[in-house]
Amino acid sequence: MTDERAATGGEHAGPRRAGAFDVRVFIAGLIGFYGIVLIIMGLVVDSASDRAKTGDVNANLWAGIGMVVIAVAFAVSVRLRPVVIE
Amino acid sequence: MDDPLRIGAGIVDYLLIFVYFAVVLLIGVAARRRVSSSLDFLLSGRSLPAWITGLAFISANLGAVEIIGMSANGAEYGMPTMHYYWIGAIPAMLFLGVVMMPFYYGSKVRSVPEFMRRRFGPGAHLVNAISFALAQILIAGINLFLLATVVNGLLGWPLWVALLLAAAIVLSYITLGGLSAAIYNEVLQFFVIVAALLPLTLIGLHRVGGVDGLIDKVRTSVGGGAEQLNSWPGNELAGFGNSVLSVVGIVFGLGFVLSFGYWTTNFVEVQRAMATKSMSAARSTPIIASFPKMFIPFIVVIPGMIAGVLVPEVMRLKAGDQAAGITYNDSILLLIRDVLPTGLLGIALTGLLAAFMAGMAANISAFNTVFSYDLWQQYVKKGRSDGYYLKVGRWATVGATGLAIGTAFIAAGYGNLMTYLQTLFGFFNAPLFATFILGIFWKRMTATAGWVGLVSGTLGAVTVWLLNEVGVFSLPGQGAAFVAAGAAFVVDITVSVLVSLMTPPKPASELGGLVLSETPRQQRTDPAASRLPWYRAPVKLAGISLVLVTALNVIFR
Repeated sequence: MTDERAATGGEHAGPRRAGAFDVRVFIAGLIGFYGIVLIIMGLVVDSASDRAKTGDVNANLWAGIGMVVIAVAFAVSVRLRPVVIE
Repeated sequence: MDDPLRIGAGIVDYLLIFVYFAVVLLIGVAARRRVSSSLDFLLSGRSLPAWITGLAFISANLGAVEIIGMSANGAEYGMPTMHYYWIGAIPAMLFLGVVMMPFYYGSKVRSVPEFMRRRFGPGAHLVNAISFALAQILIAGINLFLLATVVNGLLGWPLWVALLLAAAIVLSYITLGGLSAAIYNEVLQFFVIVAALLPLTLIGLHRVGGVDGLIDKVRTSVGGGAEQLNSWPGNELAGFGNSVLSVVGIVFGLGFVLSFGYWTTNFVEVQRAMATKSMSAARSTPIIASFPKMFIPFIVVIPGMIAGVLVPEVMRLKAGDQAAGITYNDSILLLIRDVLPTGLLGIALTGLLAAFMAGMAANISAFNTVFSYDLWQQYVKKGRSDGYYLKVGRWATVGATGLAIGTAFIAAGYGNLMTYLQTLFGFFNAPLFATFILGIFWKRMTATAGWVGLVSGTLGAVTVWLLNEVGVFSLPGQGAAFVAAGAAFVVDITVSVLVSLMTPPKPASELGGLVLSETPRQQRTDPAASRLPWYRAPVKLAGISLVLVTALNVIFR
């Protein structure tokens, strides 16, 4: 383990991009995945008992769409403004 | 008999929960590859941007106690609960960013207790470091216990399985990635919580007929009434019959002493700001955090109020039915059970589990910093290599998790004892704030005054609390805590001033960076600050935040 740390330690000298370790990548991935699952749930399983709980709104579908939009916004911001660590 | 809290979660709900935990562990592994020194592990190498630390700042506090407790208050008291945010948290967070942070960040200390040591020496340092470390273990244990009871109640897993599994997950991601992993997860968790609570609030509002429907129902409900729709004067919350006293109690007790004490000296919070790359970013952390924070009650307190007029069990409880079989703490869980379909249900459960674990992770990552830098390095083994303290930090995490599991089992057995202990540790916060403020602004304050003030302020708070417990005077609601905090503040200041006048002060040469009058301006400010755009300038942002929160206070009076 020690040699691997020594190797990554060298990177600290200059600026580097956070790349995949940018937390926005994780946010976009997770929230996007949740959104897609919810949209599928909303389209496929939209039962009467669910409708009774939500007061006749397809809550999964709408919440899913909202989450996908947020996820796309994060993905775009990662592309446009990458984090640089000095 | 069927447990009223048992929620029928489907396979999709389990999948959503599982995916979240997989991502959490992935972050731990990814963060590990970047950890190369103890500063990396314990303070994230001071490299994170302010918006990340700002969200982590909120999440570190958005644990079990906050979500369960504030929605419970919402169900029981209604709008006066908003004071915890708009009078309590926000002004204190702005004060931390504008006034206190230059000293924390500028003096290059690595923890709040270390600031105490540099300003007042070992006496005050030991009092602060030990009480803080103990409190963190205790609170981590309570978070863990609440987490396990929710898992047990919702999914039916045995308590000890839920306990050990949750502890194992928290342990693995902190030991792997240290503070970076904890902070990244906190940011992620913030979004999951919003994704869980925002639909809950909107659907709940839809079920009660929108905002107007909620207002009507709260006004006419049994145990509700019009005073639950206005945040002022909040007599029921404070427990004072007199409205003027109630307002004074809320502003001075809750706002000035309790919240300032909590937000400005609690290392769990301050640590997030210390992980940033510049003075401006450190100061901006709590200030940026104040913007989302002021809107969080809308998705925490409002669902509690909705539960109070929509969920049958909570309505019975509000009407005074002792046999309702639940407590106000169950409000938000019952609302989730009643309004969310499979799918959203899984996200809501994930959000809650994430919040409880992040609360615990925050306590443990603050504990291991204080333990390795303030206790071990200072008093046990001085002058070892950095790698040695990195190892101590990792082992401290393992030890703390073990102790938290122990505390959680104790909490499971003696519920009341834990409540009392938590109240007791709450007493340390108010005098701490008094000592800090006096120490920063008055260079004459001496080392002896530091620890004597802390101890006597704490005793002052304990005395007031005991008098209320044995019935010398009686304040229902939260009034006793407000008065105890006020007493602690006054006693601490008085005793510190008297002791300072009788003992020799520290030489001025040792106070640079620690006391306002002895700190050159350059050290307190960021040289690049004047070139920053307004949205990165801490003081301007704080001004905007203050205007917004004042508006919220006025709109919802």
